[in-house]
Amino acid sequence: MNRFAQGFERCRREGRAALMPYMTAGDPSLEWTERLIDAAVEAGADMIELGVPYSDPLADGPTVQAAGQRALAAGVTVDGIFGLVRRVRARYPALPLALLVYYNCVFRRGERRFVEDAAAAGVDGLIIPDLPPEEGGGVQDAAAEAGIDVIYLVAPTSTPERIRLIASRSTAFIYCVSLTGVTGARSQLSASLDAFLSRVRREVRAAGKELPLAVGFGISKPEHVAEVSRLADGVIVGSALIDTFHGQENLEAGLEACRSMIQAMRSAALLPA
Amino acid sequence: MSVSVKPGYFGRYGGRFVPEVLVPAIDELTAAYEEAKADPRFQEEFMRELQAYSGRPTPLYRADRLTEMAGGAVVYLKREDLNHTGAHKINNAIGQILLARRMGKKRIIAETGAGQHGVATATVCAKYGLECVVYMGEEDIRRQALNVFRMKLLGAEVRPVASGSRTLKDATNEAIRDWVTHVETTYYLIGSVVGMHPYPTMVRDFQSVIGREARAQILEQEGRLPDAVVACVGGGSNAMGIFYPFLEDPGVRLIGVEAAGEGLDRCHAASLSRGTPGVLHGSLSYILQDDDGQIVLPHSISAGLDYPGVGPEHAYLKDSGRAEYVAVTDQEALEGFLLLTKTEGIIPALESAHAVIHGVKVAKEIGPGGIVIINLSGRGDKDVQQVAQLLGELGGGAR
Repeated sequence: MNRFAQGFERCRREGRAALMPYMTAGDPSLEWTERLIDAAVEAGADMIELGVPYSDPLADGPTVQAAGQRALAAGVTVDGIFGLVRRVRARYPALPLALLVYYNCVFRRGERRFVEDAAAAGVDGLIIPDLPPEEGGGVQDAAAEAGIDVIYLVAPTSTPERIRLIASRSTAFIYCVSLTGVTGARSQLSASLDAFLSRVRREVRAAGKELPLAVGFGISKPEHVAEVSRLADGVIVGSALIDTFHGQENLEAGLEACRSMIQAMRSAALLPA
Repeated sequence: MSVSVKPGYFGRYGGRFVPEVLVPAIDELTAAYEEAKADPRFQEEFMRELQAYSGRPTPLYRADRLTEMAGGAVVYLKREDLNHTGAHKINNAIGQILLARRMGKKRIIAETGAGQHGVATATVCAKYGLECVVYMGEEDIRRQALNVFRMKLLGAEVRPVASGSRTLKDATNEAIRDWVTHVETTYYLIGSVVGMHPYPTMVRDFQSVIGREARAQILEQEGRLPDAVVACVGGGSNAMGIFYPFLEDPGVRLIGVEAAGEGLDRCHAASLSRGTPGVLHGSLSYILQDDDGQIVLPHSISAGLDYPGVGPEHAYLKDSGRAEYVAVTDQEALEGFLLLTKTEGIIPALESAHAVIHGVKVAKEIGPGGIVIINLSGRGDKDVQQVAQLLGELGGGAR
């Protein structure tokens, strides 16, 4: 069983949703990202989603765009990020870790080479937000050979047929986009989240699959985490953490604020018995 | 020549690399376009609008003094600058607005570089009473102030984009993000043969009226096909529009002219000449990128060519050798701008000036007895102020 399957299984046994913080690698440096990952794990994060900064992130709102710009301005490279992953993997052998990367970074390195290098560094799965399953054949073949997962996204606009198609191609988990829009903190969850996730669950089952559902986009507060935990198997928090990290008087204070936020969210992810 | 392998692909190029949230809308758009394309009433309405509203067909004008200057082949200009709103962009805007209406969409968004596509979109939205939001980079807003004012007069909301290079690429990113967020109500009216399938095909179809007319006109005026057709290439819609009806005529050279900016070894926007295959704005084509796949900031004197990618069908035509692509510098474009203005009394857009200057060179090479058609994609009123500044004529309290 791979790390994501084990991670979701452990959380299920412990009666809670898995908490997966997102951070942009290299924002504002790889050293800070490494410290953030340490803090997140210490605070109770179950899994990590690490973003490769990209010049033109179409699925991202202002917060993640700015994080990517800071990272690129600092000179962060894909090789540098794989180095970070190797260090994190050495320190946390069981931590499920997904890489969020826009397709052009994969294509440019070569699908096969990117996937092999990611797997060798210790990445468990690739989330490619601009790669729908119809275009994903090459990456998926390479990933299957390298023994890592390709994680597809489903959106509130996805038709039942598309959800089944995505389910049939998915292995580790399905990334459910909570809203019709780009990433970024929101004050409220989508009112139709419950119905959307029920639809996804139904179609995943209809595709003959049993897959954990992780929900991301717009999840900003412990109350959101508590609510999503009742509906899904995993909760992804990105922009709210980045806002918190950069919203304090200095980055040391930002790191501590993130630690507190993740602790609060981890407690909120516990399902009422 | 068959250019499509699977739907939405031109050889290996094209595709639709987009967030899942957009896929159902793109499926809907693809189906709606296929249906409209096959519907004679839609095609009739499109042609009627092109004639009655935009003034088509545009003339194929024999430029005698330019020909004399070139000292070689006869030079013809396809006068897309005479379209309503002053550029070829209106052809596509009319086609897509009819499709948007057919689909029942009430809110239209667009990206714009030089502002010509933004103006064309704002124009058709005014004509049909539709809400219009145009994304435009802050840098382009600065250098194309006249077009910004035109869009506002036409009732469009112009949203400045401050990210990245603050030009066309970033305006396109922001338009796509708007579409992601309002996909259920909004029609995204892309202005060039770029983006995800079906846009490269659809925009080319709407623009190919240029080449169909030019081909018939040259046969009528000269009794034969031209030796070369020359057009500027940013995203590549005016070039695809004039090239497409000549693809099956092997004797006609198709020459795309990119922006070499300050020079191909410095800042430029020559994706085909100097780029590598990659994905930008939803399709695989030639793009300007670094070794990690990060998009490199382009540069051109002309806002309409200042784009780090190009339509996927051009990438296919380059690889197959059916079309040739060259690049001319800012300085050469400026020479083309002045040359056409002074010899023919036609002020071209800075974009089109790239085609003019290279077209003259091609005419010289081909020599007497030859025929060259230059696609004069737009008029230069929008650029007059910028050119005046470049020529240093606005100094010393000039008003």
